[in-house]
Amino acid sequence: MAELTLQETRRQTTGRLERVLIVLGILALLAAPFLVYPIFLMNMLCFALFACAFNLLLGYTGLLSFGHAAFFGGAAYFTAHAAKVWDWPPEAAILVGVVGAALLGAVIGFFAIRRQGIYFAMITLALSQMFFFFCLQSSFTGGEDGIQGVPRGMLFGAIDLQGPLNIYYFVLAVFLLGVFAIWRIVNSPFGMILRSIRENERRAISLGYSVANYKLAAFVMSAALAGLAGGLKAIVFQFATLTDVAWQMSGEVILMTLLGGIGTMIGPAIGAGLVIALQNMLATSEFPVTIATGLIFMVCVLVFRRGIVGEIYARLTGRAKR
Amino acid sequence: MTTILGIPIQAFLGQLLVGLINGSFYAMLSLGLAVIFGLLRVINFAHGAQYMLGAFVGYLLLVHLGIGYWPALILAPLIVGLTGIVIERVALSRLYDVDPLYGLLFTFGLSLVIEGIFRYYFGVSGNPYAVPPLLAGGTNLGFMFLPNYRGWVVIASLILCLGTWFAIEKTKLGSYLRAATENRSLVQAFGVNVPLLLTLTYGLGSALAGIAGILAAPVYQVSPLMGSNLIIVVFAVVVVGGMGSILGAIVTGYMLGLAEGLTKVFYPEASSIVIFVIMAVVLLVWPAGLFGKDA
Amino acid sequence: MTSAAPLLAVRELHAWYGESHALHGVDLDVFAGETVTLLGRNGVGKTTTLRAIIGLIRKRTGEIAFDGHDLMRLPLHRTAHAGIGFVPEERGIFSTLTVDENLVLPPVVAAGGMSLEEIFVLFPNLKERRNSPGTKLSGGEQQMLAIARMLRTGVKVLLLDEPTEGLAPVIVQRIGELLAALKQRGMTILLVEQNFRFASRIADRFYLMEHGKVIAGFPVGEIDDRMTQLHEVLGV
Repeated sequence: MAELTLQETRRQTTGRLERVLIVLGILALLAAPFLVYPIFLMNMLCFALFACAFNLLLGYTGLLSFGHAAFFGGAAYFTAHAAKVWDWPPEAAILVGVVGAALLGAVIGFFAIRRQGIYFAMITLALSQMFFFFCLQSSFTGGEDGIQGVPRGMLFGAIDLQGPLNIYYFVLAVFLLGVFAIWRIVNSPFGMILRSIRENERRAISLGYSVANYKLAAFVMSAALAGLAGGLKAIVFQFATLTDVAWQMSGEVILMTLLGGIGTMIGPAIGAGLVIALQNMLATSEFPVTIATGLIFMVCVLVFRRGIVGEIYARLTGRAKR
Repeated sequence: MTTILGIPIQAFLGQLLVGLINGSFYAMLSLGLAVIFGLLRVINFAHGAQYMLGAFVGYLLLVHLGIGYWPALILAPLIVGLTGIVIERVALSRLYDVDPLYGLLFTFGLSLVIEGIFRYYFGVSGNPYAVPPLLAGGTNLGFMFLPNYRGWVVIASLILCLGTWFAIEKTKLGSYLRAATENRSLVQAFGVNVPLLLTLTYGLGSALAGIAGILAAPVYQVSPLMGSNLIIVVFAVVVVGGMGSILGAIVTGYMLGLAEGLTKVFYPEASSIVIFVIMAVVLLVWPAGLFGKDA
Repeated sequence: MTSAAPLLAVRELHAWYGESHALHGVDLDVFAGETVTLLGRNGVGKTTTLRAIIGLIRKRTGEIAFDGHDLMRLPLHRTAHAGIGFVPEERGIFSTLTVDENLVLPPVVAAGGMSLEEIFVLFPNLKERRNSPGTKLSGGEQQMLAIARMLRTGVKVLLLDEPTEGLAPVIVQRIGELLAALKQRGMTILLVEQNFRFASRIADRFYLMEHGKVIAGFPVGEIDDRMTQLHEVLGV
């Protein structure tokens, strides 16, 4: 009995600590553009949202998608097209990106879900590579050049997103909304079922849940939110290219999530921040980024599977090794 | 001039041959993946990088040590196999008890490192590797002209694939492999040194990729990127054929290569994605893969 | 029974399946040449005990001394070489191997094992079906195969997990004769059996298990005196 209370106390402490950290974090993000170059911050926020969306699928549903770049980059193309060619305002253009990514997610997810585990990952990789080839050859995407000169536009017809502070707070707002949405999904009854599927799929099936439908729903949600990040990025950086749909991008988001902590709420965001910062540092040095990425992958998988936030949680709650 | 469905027969057979060549590599590589996956339960994402490594070993041996194709045909797989053994001993073996997805992620990271190193030193452009003099030129078969080296590739891949199949299905060592694939711990409890078997299997799989690489060197250019785009297609091949059957992996590789070749003839724009499309169709109709041995 | 040291001595054996504590300190001895049976209801830890001894369960503490070897220290693939053979409950016949390949799979670990010819004399139907896939055999034949392949290896002790489970009475009798013949040749056997009557015909001693521990041990002669206890514990 005494043991239970100790665990409870620990959980309460971490709960309180979490809330404090979240508030501090938001305050820091609000103040940040005055201290750090906003473009750099916005890059981090877009990828942080991408990673959190990815984690919804990996950390909470237990499905490793190796093709999430299709949703991120695909949405970037859709949004870029809507903003530049159709001249839509940014919020509508981003919505196009989200819907497009969701549809793409429904198609890819439908095929991938027909197999489990390792095969699921390989199917997502193959299908997103197929999408990459479409993008490479299609005129809609501008092929190798991509779509350049995407206008930032007027948010709700009123706020000029060319202004660096305007665009930053817009991105921050979308990021916070996105993470909040993920948090709500994860903590809803739907989210509980996802987690039970991750823990023990057979038991979930025997309890009567149509597991395939839940997996597909999670896949589509994850794709849509990844699309939100991609569309946002297209508006911020004003272009969409093949890099965003390449398999290397799919690998990057996995790394961000793994490094930050699979299955933790803010871990992927922190992982994203670190990876972006690392890429920035390495960009000016001689050291190739892919080697650094690969090394971090290998080290994390071998000795650091819980990721940064996962390790911290484990230390705090004194949980046994997974 | 004779035509098939409106295409001149020379062009048709030419593309079919290209398809058969590609299929040879798909077969060899998916065989290696299947062998490694069967026993180790790890998807060796580094397979493409090991293929590239094999080609580069051949290239470097030639350029720096003057060692030609035929010795390289033995040395390349040997060296790549040895690196595979080291990787398995030092790192991969620690991942057997955790979720197999971590094996995929580890080998993915490894492939990034290997590719990154070679890109750093060699850039992204390809380096030529000459066809060995013995196999230069071609033979006129009457209905088509067959470049000798291409014919050699097909024959060599058939020998390697069928040889591996034979070794696994018909020999004593193969029986250890098959049994351990079914029930690793029980075979260990019988006193078979399964950890060593695992190491050797990864080494063998890596060596298969390596020899495919040296076979590929005179056909495609030797480039640091030659592995990564290929491996994704091989994944699709493996999803179609399943990894539960060695013969299935081999047959599927050749078939999909031919399918790709045929598509190039009639609908060239689709040739880079036809294998993915076939994969999608197979997933719809035969969820357990063509040879149905795994879920 | 001999007054010499036991061939297999297990002390304070604890074992875990993940977080679940399955064995709570098992103590037992097996002397050379005898046949010992572990009795107990389903789930009390009989199979777990065998698997912990052979080392298939790695999360274990305690002492396992066998013929001068400390089995706790040996890696799994060295345990058989100490001279212990394991015939699992599922029989472990490999479907991708032929009967012949199954038969010769376990490596010879010591001299004194049977030759293939001797095995085929004991098991003629295995000789007939040599090239069939292992799992095409009937349940009884698979059980024979599972035992036969251990006989070639030269192991001194056989750990047998429920050899008669799910088999027809005729086959059960055959297995009983087989084990008696092995015993004649000096094989030491540690048996897990639900079939109480079968066990009482071939065993020299019994251990009764409950809740992951051995609660009683007695020779076959005392069975009648123990009937009430056995009824209680086993529900026989």
